[in-house]
Amino acid sequence: MGTFAQLGNDLYTGKRSIDIIGRRKTWYLIAVILIAISIIGPFLRGGFVFGIEFTGGSQFQVSKVENRDESIATNAVASVVPGQTPRVLLVGTDSLWVQTEQLTDEETAQVKTALAKGFDVPEEAITSSFIGASWGQDITRQAIIALIVFILFAAVVMTLYFRTWKMSVAAIISLFHDLIITAGIYGITGFEITPAAMIGFLTILGYSLYDTVVVFDKIRENTVKGELNEVRTFAESVNLAVNQTLVRSVNTSIVALLPIGSILFIGAFVLGAGTLRDISLALFIGVLLGAYSTIFVAAPVYAHIRSGEPQIIKHDEKVRARREAQKALETEEDSETSSGAIKA
Amino acid sequence: MAKSAPVKKAWRYLAWLLVVIVALVGLNALGVLRGEGSWTPKLALDLEGGTQIVLAPVLQDGEQVTSEQLAQAVSIIRQRVDASGVSESEITTQGNQNIVVSIPGTPDKATLQRIQASSQMQARPVLLASAAATAGTSATDASGNPISTETPAPGDSPDAPALSDTPTTAPTGPGDVAWITPALQDEFDKYTCSAGATGEPDPKKPLVVCDTSQTEKYILGPQEIAGSSITDAVAQQETTQTGATTGSWAVQITLDGEGTKKFTDLSKRLFGSQPPLNRFAFVLDGAVITAPSMNGLITDGRPSITGGFTQESAKALADQLKFGALPIGFEVQSNETVSATLGTSQLQSGLLAGLIGLILVVLYSLVQYRLLGLVTVASLVIAAIVTYLLITLMSWQQGYRLSLAGVAGLIVAIGITADSFIVYFERIRDELRDGRGIESAVQHGWKRALRTILASDGINFLAAAILFVLAVGNVRGFAFTLGLTTLVDVLVVVLFTHPILTLLASTKFYGEGHRFSGLDPRQLGAVYRGRAQFKAPAQDAKGKQAKSSREAARRQTIAERKAAAQAEAGNTADNVSAKSRKES
Repeated sequence: MGTFAQLGNDLYTGKRSIDIIGRRKTWYLIAVILIAISIIGPFLRGGFVFGIEFTGGSQFQVSKVENRDESIATNAVASVVPGQTPRVLLVGTDSLWVQTEQLTDEETAQVKTALAKGFDVPEEAITSSFIGASWGQDITRQAIIALIVFILFAAVVMTLYFRTWKMSVAAIISLFHDLIITAGIYGITGFEITPAAMIGFLTILGYSLYDTVVVFDKIRENTVKGELNEVRTFAESVNLAVNQTLVRSVNTSIVALLPIGSILFIGAFVLGAGTLRDISLALFIGVLLGAYSTIFVAAPVYAHIRSGEPQIIKHDEKVRARREAQKALETEEDSETSSGAIKA
Repeated sequence: MAKSAPVKKAWRYLAWLLVVIVALVGLNALGVLRGEGSWTPKLALDLEGGTQIVLAPVLQDGEQVTSEQLAQAVSIIRQRVDASGVSESEITTQGNQNIVVSIPGTPDKATLQRIQASSQMQARPVLLASAAATAGTSATDASGNPISTETPAPGDSPDAPALSDTPTTAPTGPGDVAWITPALQDEFDKYTCSAGATGEPDPKKPLVVCDTSQTEKYILGPQEIAGSSITDAVAQQETTQTGATTGSWAVQITLDGEGTKKFTDLSKRLFGSQPPLNRFAFVLDGAVITAPSMNGLITDGRPSITGGFTQESAKALADQLKFGALPIGFEVQSNETVSATLGTSQLQSGLLAGLIGLILVVLYSLVQYRLLGLVTVASLVIAAIVTYLLITLMSWQQGYRLSLAGVAGLIVAIGITADSFIVYFERIRDELRDGRGIESAVQHGWKRALRTILASDGINFLAAAILFVLAVGNVRGFAFTLGLTTLVDVLVVVLFTHPILTLLASTKFYGEGHRFSGLDPRQLGAVYRGRAQFKAPAQDAKGKQAKSSREAARRQTIAERKAAAQAEAGNTADNVSAKSRKES
């Protein structure tokens, strides 16, 4: 802890400082490349893989199976509906799911019997479901409506809270950054998009902005009138705020990722396919991205869009003029001033 | 020693927290005692096992389902499911148009058919009415209201005179008793109301049917007016001709143009006819919901039904008339069955994941914040207790069911809740770095942290609320727990974390910044004075002296401490001024 807390101290006082705002072109470049890959990648791979909830179809859940041989399922389905190749998913330690195109009631009953015979389980151990294709469309439509409404509301709330729309814009740019890249990762890797994954995406909305608000609150504090002094330029004040909240950002991300990681682990390795895995995967990616983008996208963008304001330009000029005057000290940044003070 | 103001306030907040928890426990205990609640939350289908059917309306292009229609459809479908003998079913709406039916076990085909059938309300003339065989003879109208002036008194609906010989001449209109063939009469005589509804009646044929309370049975002529002609039905107080209210309730119906014309004809024919031919019935879902008699000529398309209504019963009938029909057909959009064993294993895994996550968070907090991490752990435990009680209470009061997605929401919330503490602790550390004493650092850090916590939680809650309102299915369960835990987070941070820290700051261990307290000013390098200026590092320049003066400071009053702090600032001011001289 000592070293981490020490780092926290140094970042707080400005003794050590990571120049984030100054290197904004680097971060922009990275963001643009990532977003480009996220948009082009899925197309190269062949589009997104949608779960049965979006494509529609029938699903059989077979539990308490000893021999989970996929070919048994394939044969059972083929014996009823020739030419159908089902998708077989292993779930948990003793279950498997068999997904087919939508079957008639009669076919469903026959497949059930065939599966029960094939896997040597009683028919009660098999449950069947069917999902219409419009189910997924409905969810998607509602999700998109929710997304738009949320962004509008959040933009207004943040504008009122921070008393500048520029913070809203920066936060929402970073939000889109997170959403596009998360979707891109799904598209590129071929992870299945299920309603549970959609829930994960939507939560990223909240989390990404949540994280941004915490950091922006510090930025606001450092750049209000009276705080914005002649030692630092505006961009440097923003940078200091990001540095001061860096320890918190790291701690928060880790604390958020630990439980999500444990669901992901349990979901993926114990349960196999299913709600838990899908939610946690989207969240895991989203939280990582959310923390990253707050620091490397939202803050630089905010400093950038404010840099054109006459007041800021004037202020920055003043700071630079002051620095020119104290060239003797050869201090470009007050961070170094402070380290000097500590050595004294 | 007199307690300082923040300490007193801290105790008061903790007392409030206790009140909240005791109130929640008490409410829940009340629910358990009354046999309605339980100490564990109800589980959704994916955890408990069962069948979930999602019904989507079949709509023409551009058609919209209103939320009122949907709510009515839910209540109609609920009646149908209940009628089919399935217990513990749950019918809810999803999004703005879908209906979700959750049933334990697997429903048979007949139940499915029954659930999704559409229905129309029909107004038909009464040809014959008699007390139902299975019920007493007390005369009430179909919705169970005693009848006063406008519906027949007990004697007015006697067993019909023998009509078995009526020739089967072609009926001249819907109200023609010629519809009653001997066969129909026979069916009527044998008819018992327990038979229940038999599908959607053909509007062009006569109908043998009971009322919803199963006290009266009828032979009705073919449909005269379709239920869709009713544009509005409201419960209102009866008025006399002078406009004064009489205090009794009536249901005022408004018909559209075509309905008005038909009703005028109906009114002319029925008014003055012999009972029961002066009556007409509204039929819905194979039962008569009301069968008033015509007491006057009504030509303006605004009939009103009166007689012994209370405000509630009038409103109930008005709603039934207005939305009673399920004019929209529904189709099964998805039909998912989860076996109970799979549900249980999912729940266990979910809880296991939560436990692992919680332990990891605890370990990390202890490493990062030393014993201050214990405050995190205690806060999380309190948050967990409050959340659990709220969810249990909600599942009793609101019928909330915890789904797997909800469990995931709770687990994710651990991180977001813990973040509030991290934000707060980091603020306190910032204040310590600024050179404040621990007690004042806690108070100042709190003021600034609270703003941040409220703002960020506000955004999170906004996301949860919007998802809850707009999203469908599983997303709602998730959004619900996320929103709930966000509120609990604020509650716990205000009523527990901050008061506890205030109290701890007044203890020796934390107040002096013990090495393991996580609030050690030396470790935090309390060298930072003001926000742009720096003083000489206390630990280098003073060392022992600083420690003893801190010990002294702890025994001082706030005012003395402030003075001392100022004096100390004065000591280091040389450094600062030296620096600023160099700078300028």
